[in-house]
Amino acid sequence: MADHAVVDDDEVDLSRRKFLTTATIATGAVGVAFTAVPFIESWSPSERARAQGAPVELDLSKIDAGQMATTVWRRSPIYVVRRTADMVTRVSGHDGELKDPTSQYSDQPPYAKNTLRSRTAEFLVLVGTCTHLGCLPKQRFTQGELYPSWPGGFFCPCHGSRFDLAGRVFDGSPASINLRVPPYSYPSPRTLLIGVDEKGAA
Amino acid sequence: MAVKTATGAPAALPTGVIAQPAKKGFWAWLNKRLPVDEFITTQMTGYLAPKNFNIWYFFGSLALAVLALQLLSGIYLTMFYKVGEATSFDSVEYIMREVNYGWLIRYLHSTGASAFFIVVYLHMYRALLYGSYRAPRELLWLIGMLVYLALMAEAFMGYVLPWGNMSFWGAQVIVNLFGTIPGIGPGLVEWIRGDYGIADATLNRFFALHVALIPLALLLLVVLHLTALHEVGSNNPDGIEIHKKVGPDGKPLDGIPFHPYYTVKDIFGVGVFSVLFAIVVFFVPTLGGLFLESPNFEPANPLSTPEHIAPVWYFTPYYAILRAVPDQRLGALLMLLAVSAFLFLPWLDRSPVKSIRYKGWMSRTALTLFTVAFIALGYLGLQPAEGLYVVLARIFAVIYFLFFLLMPFYTKLESVKPVPERVIYHAH
Repeated sequence: MADHAVVDDDEVDLSRRKFLTTATIATGAVGVAFTAVPFIESWSPSERARAQGAPVELDLSKIDAGQMATTVWRRSPIYVVRRTADMVTRVSGHDGELKDPTSQYSDQPPYAKNTLRSRTAEFLVLVGTCTHLGCLPKQRFTQGELYPSWPGGFFCPCHGSRFDLAGRVFDGSPASINLRVPPYSYPSPRTLLIGVDEKGAA
Repeated sequence: MAVKTATGAPAALPTGVIAQPAKKGFWAWLNKRLPVDEFITTQMTGYLAPKNFNIWYFFGSLALAVLALQLLSGIYLTMFYKVGEATSFDSVEYIMREVNYGWLIRYLHSTGASAFFIVVYLHMYRALLYGSYRAPRELLWLIGMLVYLALMAEAFMGYVLPWGNMSFWGAQVIVNLFGTIPGIGPGLVEWIRGDYGIADATLNRFFALHVALIPLALLLLVVLHLTALHEVGSNNPDGIEIHKKVGPDGKPLDGIPFHPYYTVKDIFGVGVFSVLFAIVVFFVPTLGGLFLESPNFEPANPLSTPEHIAPVWYFTPYYAILRAVPDQRLGALLMLLAVSAFLFLPWLDRSPVKSIRYKGWMSRTALTLFTVAFIALGYLGLQPAEGLYVVLARIFAVIYFLFFLLMPFYTKLESVKPVPERVIYHAH
């Protein structure tokens, strides 16, 4: 047997013990943190959910002027309105009655942060859920349809929120921000791709 | 029965047993291997509780009884319930219509949820009345609050499982509250849902949390709550520490063994409670939409919102506060504060006395106003958020918060009544 240094059993090197305890706890904590990653990550949208949330394409040539098409992207209804020149002019002239005319507090990509809230004047793309409690606003595009000065827009049947033809909310509505605009782009002049823009897929 | 008391410890609680008569047979065999006798002697027959408990002291044991009922009925529901976007709603209807006594098991569980909150709210109110959250019971109170928070999570997720339309939209509104957290909000919401909307993934994980994780946490917290209670001893309507007045045998003069005195009392309480509970289960299981809301009898529909989204009654005081604030983010923050304000009570109350019996007029007025505000907010949370309702909700929300914010001042300023040496007790 090899010679061992004689150790006094009564003498405990406390600083050495404290160091080992601290080191063990620290190493263990790092291990726990790494082990937690897969459990936490498992809650993020699965591959299937991601695939089902893929961008949605819409053929714009099938929408007549003045009409609205509805599609679904990521479980939300998407409204696509082909505005006529007359409808475009009806977006202006009532900024004083709006809660957020310049879309300062609303939720939209930068290219929709303008008066018409769209990339082009012709097509308006909106998430079709009321920003109040998520009901589906109905189209009321005809001038004077709700009351004489009504410029045309959307009306939510649940709690009476009103939005203009750019999805901007009127004063006196329970909703506090304008209708949301999803990310979108035009891969070709006739095609709308919802869920993808210059920044890539949402 | 001889009970040894700790010497020198400030609270002379029974800590152990001495000189049990030697037992033979199975009981002796068992106790050599498992301390059954010791447990009964220290925690039941040797746990001395104040002799002046009144009707407010029923609700702790009732909460335990309801917990047992929820576990039993819940386990049986999982035998028939099929979790999933396509199957949840139908399987609940199957339980209601075709499973033998399925309707009863489900109504026991749904009524049990509301009953749980009724007894827990009354149990908490007892603590407000008699200062049961004060030192040395701060930790007991905090553990109790964790039980309450776990119960809220449990109830919310349970409400999503039938996958009715109010399940869906309730989940939508509550989960979206996390979206108001600056920065991480939207990502957090997506992580909680596991999809881009409330979906199958959300339902599935809520099921796992509702039937496994949270019940386990609840059980653990209840054990901790009782352990802490038996360490510090029960408070009483006079807010006096009974361990400060001990007899020659070292036992508190005003203490009586929990078993048999309070077990008998509590069993009687469970009896009365069961009658009331059965009346609801058999005659008015939805309680006019309070215990089960009518929109939840239609399947979840992401494209159709119920006319008014209102949570079940036990969340409505906080929901009213949420909606009373025009700013969504601030509203969510105030709602969180309203729930967590109770956590700070042990340090907000500066009164030299514990019980409302000996506090001054300011504390009494404050507690009365708070009670009115809490009930009024509960009512307003069920109403649509418009006009006068919103104005009233704002007024009562202010009263709600003032109760807590001003507590350090009014409990200190007021003059209090002298506290008696011994508990007030009238023999029957």
